Amino acid sequence: MRKKLWIYLALLVVIPGLMFTVSCAKKVTQAEPSAEETVAEAEPVKDDSARIAEEKAAQEEAARQWEMASEEDIQAETAAKEEELMQDMAAAKLMFENEDIYFDFDSSALQTMAREVLQRKGNFLFELVDASVIVEGHCDDRGTAAYNIALGDRRAESAKAFLVDIGIDALRITTISYGEERPVDSGSNAEAWAKNRRVHFVIE
Amino acid sequence: MFQCFRDYYVFNVIKFMQKLKFIIIFLAMVCLNLGLAPNHAVGAEEYEYIDISNPFLRKIPTAIPRFKNISGNMKGRDLSVDLANSVSKTLEFTGYFEMLDRGAFLADPHDPKIVATEINFRNWTVVGSELLVTGGVAAKEEYMELELRMFDTFQGKLIIGKRYKGRISNQRQMIHRFCGEVMYHLTGNRGVFNSQIAFISVSNGNKEIFISEFDGYKPHQFTNNNAITLFPAWSSDAQWMAYTSYVNGKPDLYIRNIKGKSGAVVSKKGIQITPAWVPGKFELAATLSFSGDQEIYLLTGQGKVIKRLTKSRGIDVEPTWSPDGKKMAFVSKRSGTPQIYIKDVASGRVRRLTYEGRYNTQPNWSPKGDKIAFSTMQIGRIDIFTIGVDGKDLRRLTEDQGDNEAPCWSPDGSLITFSSSREGISKIYVMTAFGTDQRRLISLPGPQTNPKWSPNITSN
Repeated sequence: MRKKLWIYLALLVVIPGLMFTVSCAKKVTQAEPSAEETVAEAEPVKDDSARIAEEKAAQEEAARQWEMASEEDIQAETAAKEEELMQDMAAAKLMFENEDIYFDFDSSALQTMAREVLQRKGNFLFELVDASVIVEGHCDDRGTAAYNIALGDRRAESAKAFLVDIGIDALRITTISYGEERPVDSGSNAEAWAKNRRVHFVIE
Repeated sequence: MFQCFRDYYVFNVIKFMQKLKFIIIFLAMVCLNLGLAPNHAVGAEEYEYIDISNPFLRKIPTAIPRFKNISGNMKGRDLSVDLANSVSKTLEFTGYFEMLDRGAFLADPHDPKIVATEINFRNWTVVGSELLVTGGVAAKEEYMELELRMFDTFQGKLIIGKRYKGRISNQRQMIHRFCGEVMYHLTGNRGVFNSQIAFISVSNGNKEIFISEFDGYKPHQFTNNNAITLFPAWSSDAQWMAYTSYVNGKPDLYIRNIKGKSGAVVSKKGIQITPAWVPGKFELAATLSFSGDQEIYLLTGQGKVIKRLTKSRGIDVEPTWSPDGKKMAFVSKRSGTPQIYIKDVASGRVRRLTYEGRYNTQPNWSPKGDKIAFSTMQIGRIDIFTIGVDGKDLRRLTEDQGDNEAPCWSPDGSLITFSSSREGISKIYVMTAFGTDQRRLISLPGPQTNPKWSPNITSN
């Protein structure tokens, strides 16, 4: 009996301790359990063993439920956080892959806009340290096929050189020139040509 | 000679042809004595005379009546018409002949006379023919015997007489051999009849290499890469084909034996494009960019780099060799716009060839060595020009008919194949070296581009 009491007493000390550590990590569920704690702490001196046992049981149940609840919360929250992060990453990746840089006719020089976009891509690659990127060089269909593959190669190399300059490991970047073989717009007008003179980025 | 050629009198032209023939034979004999291949050596000296003025402006009026059905059977009757039409079409393809309408002939079409002793040559000179081709065919089961003759109608003289025996299914070969003889007598070489044309066509949504005979006959798919495939290049013995393909996701260079799968791959960082075989060697030039700059390198047939051929920052692409393999023309952006340059390989000296226009690409050195065909883009339109290797005599060959690209000379230098969008999507065409007689060559669905004429294939 006495031995049991000691165990109860020890538990009473340990559980709030546990509660405290947990509540440190968990901000939202903090207030309620601490109220229960004080109640529980005030009770144990009473010698009515039946009551004590009853209260113990209730207390254990509460503690268990609270722990379960808190565990669920953490899981839910972590999942939510991860999803949010994934969504952020996916959005960033989508933006990374959807945002091309554009060039003048027969030129592989980076324009101001292209530099801004490339800086953003660099920042993204800094965060996503494991990612490798394929840099595709493209041309409009004016001009001739072979020259355009060479020109696409230079455009991709320009973009790569910029990224390497700002500190991205060159080994993470592969260039492929498609020349005029893969237009995004098959139209034969200034607008279509401008869209096709691009460097496109793909995360491997 | 000059005056003679300018002369419009038919008789003089024929006389000139005759003279030419003797010069050719004489030169050929000299060359044989020297132990040289007659085909190459006759070259420059000889048919330059024909090229000085455009020989395609005045074609040789030629009569080819239906052939005589010697065997007298049904098969012989059908063949007597089909074969006459084939010879007519094949000779007409060269651009040197004007085929006269059979309806105007005076000779009895039901009783064709095919030997000199029976032919009334007046009947043929009167309708304006200078050359007469007669034929007789005997057919038995799947075999046939075909005799073919060519006469000079003004002199009433036999120029060529040949008899061919073989399977009916080999009739194209027989006709090509006879037409080769005809061309040899008129120009000093055997024409294009043993050549093929490689080109790019779309199959399963991907560009692949196809090959047809010289006249577009029987196109078949050569590569099955299921990936973008570009820039076919024949070795000068027509045994090897080099090309670029994205089989492994990037533009690598493939060197493949025509008959088998054996070969090599050049798969460095960057691009490997526009191969061009060195004449008479198992070596080729191609643009590689592993150094970070697009430069032209000389490679072995196994794809190993021998040396770098260009040294300038910026794009260097599209090498094409002079027939002697001593010079290489190529496209470079070293002066700010793509222009054509010529490099002397031994001395390393480079000179600029094109100055007119701001976008000159796709050079192709003529097999005679004197000219380079290329394309120019002006105001968004691409057209084909030729220019002398000395930079003089710039000639426009196409105009106002869509984009005209990727010119490539026939092995005898008399024709140029190219792609054109004149009918909407790009198709393969052929014209004479002077831009006359432009016609579609290949009838396949979808777009076709980048034709490359093979050397004459001697194994046939």
